[in-house]
Amino acid sequence: MPALSPEIWSAIRLTVQLAALTTLILIIFGTPIAWWLARSPRWYKEVVGTLVALPLVLPPTVLGFYLLLALGPDGPGGLLAQSWGARTLAFTFEGLVIGSVIYSLPFVVQPIRNAFEAMGDRPLEVAATLRASPARAFWTVALPLARPGLLTGAVLGFAHTVGEFGVVLMIGGNIPGETKVLSVAIYDFVETLRWREANILAFGMVVFAFLVILSVTLLDRRLRRRAK
Amino acid sequence: MDLSPPLRTALRILAIAIGLASGPAAAEKTLVAVAANFTAPAEDIAAAFAAASGHQAVLSYGATGQLFAQIMQGAPYEVFLAADAERPARALAEGLAVAGSGFTYAVGRLALYGREPGTATGPDSLHLGPGERIAIANPDLAPYGRAAIEVMQALDLEDRLRPTFVIGTTIAQAFQFVETGNTAIGFVALAQVIGRSEGNYWPVPASLHAPIRQDAVLLAAGKDNPAARVFLDFLRSEAAHKIIAAYGYDAAMAE
Repeated sequence: MPALSPEIWSAIRLTVQLAALTTLILIIFGTPIAWWLARSPRWYKEVVGTLVALPLVLPPTVLGFYLLLALGPDGPGGLLAQSWGARTLAFTFEGLVIGSVIYSLPFVVQPIRNAFEAMGDRPLEVAATLRASPARAFWTVALPLARPGLLTGAVLGFAHTVGEFGVVLMIGGNIPGETKVLSVAIYDFVETLRWREANILAFGMVVFAFLVILSVTLLDRRLRRRAK
Repeated sequence: MDLSPPLRTALRILAIAIGLASGPAAAEKTLVAVAANFTAPAEDIAAAFAAASGHQAVLSYGATGQLFAQIMQGAPYEVFLAADAERPARALAEGLAVAGSGFTYAVGRLALYGREPGTATGPDSLHLGPGERIAIANPDLAPYGRAAIEVMQALDLEDRLRPTFVIGTTIAQAFQFVETGNTAIGFVALAQVIGRSEGNYWPVPASLHAPIRQDAVLLAAGKDNPAARVFLDFLRSEAAHKIIAAYGYDAAMAE
């Protein structure tokens, strides 16, 4: 395999960091959202569920455009940035994390919600009759039972963030080492006719995507079988 | 065929309406592929062209590179107004365009643009405050991005400014970064800002960068369409030059 330039390595490192941090944040905040969506009797929960699912349908250009406004000096992101003397959260790694969390939210919340819903009321009722507090039942019964969903959500969230392009293109500003992630690097290579590099990275992405989907499917099957 | 009188009348009216819509008998249509940055002047030129010749120019917009790729794939465009000189030259070299039909129809001008008053007044505006960034179009992809780099080199500021670059894929994106306030200033096309009431800009002297030539060619598909040739002639006319200049381009240099 031909040696990769430092430019490419920096894009790979940045992409992995972005995807890992985004996935971590989404698991931490997405799990309670998924739990609430699965268990809440409130009538407006499907409104919240729809909001969570919106990034599935919206073109990245819509998200990117609104993020560009929200992160800038006219939006909340700019207000936050001003507290440390910056103008905007756009063109920063932190800005990309915010964008990615929104963009990948449904990919993490949906599988976890499905897992919570699939287990039904029964395990929690049993836990309650054994005098487990609701919190204890959540940690020791619901979460372990929802493991396949959590795992699927994490893998999909990570993979979807790696594959993110439109949003990053619109709010990133293509800064090497800060916002120039793999998908943007590939686009640049293709457009500037550096097809050798483009080929290496693009083929790597195909292999990566294949492995992700295959491993999700296999993991899912194994966990399901063990759960039975 | 026996039609009832009302139906016959209706058909006659329809026939007249169709005749009117398609204009005088001699009128022809020509398909023109236009670089996106030239959208506004192209619309005006097409309107003036229709009024002057009776022919109709149907405009399709896109990024020059993408339009060129479509032309290579056999798109039915008859005239190509590119944002650079490179792609029309390639079309000529590869036999996709009619030999000898190429010319420069407009020369792009660069502007330094800022949203807040007093931020883009001249070369001094390029001395950025701490943490500030400057938006440019990707110099590897966009002629305006390359010109922006040349300006910074001419002013001996490239090394200082390079770490502050925020790079848009197109000149439209560079403009977007400034217009949303995410950068204080950026290099954009003069044509993007010339008519604006808000913001302020410094028209970069043309002497600071190589001319951004935008070339036109007659494509092979338009070889036998008189309307395509007439459109290209019109593009070189005084009337078209006036429109082009009003939009912030230098009208074509003498050939």
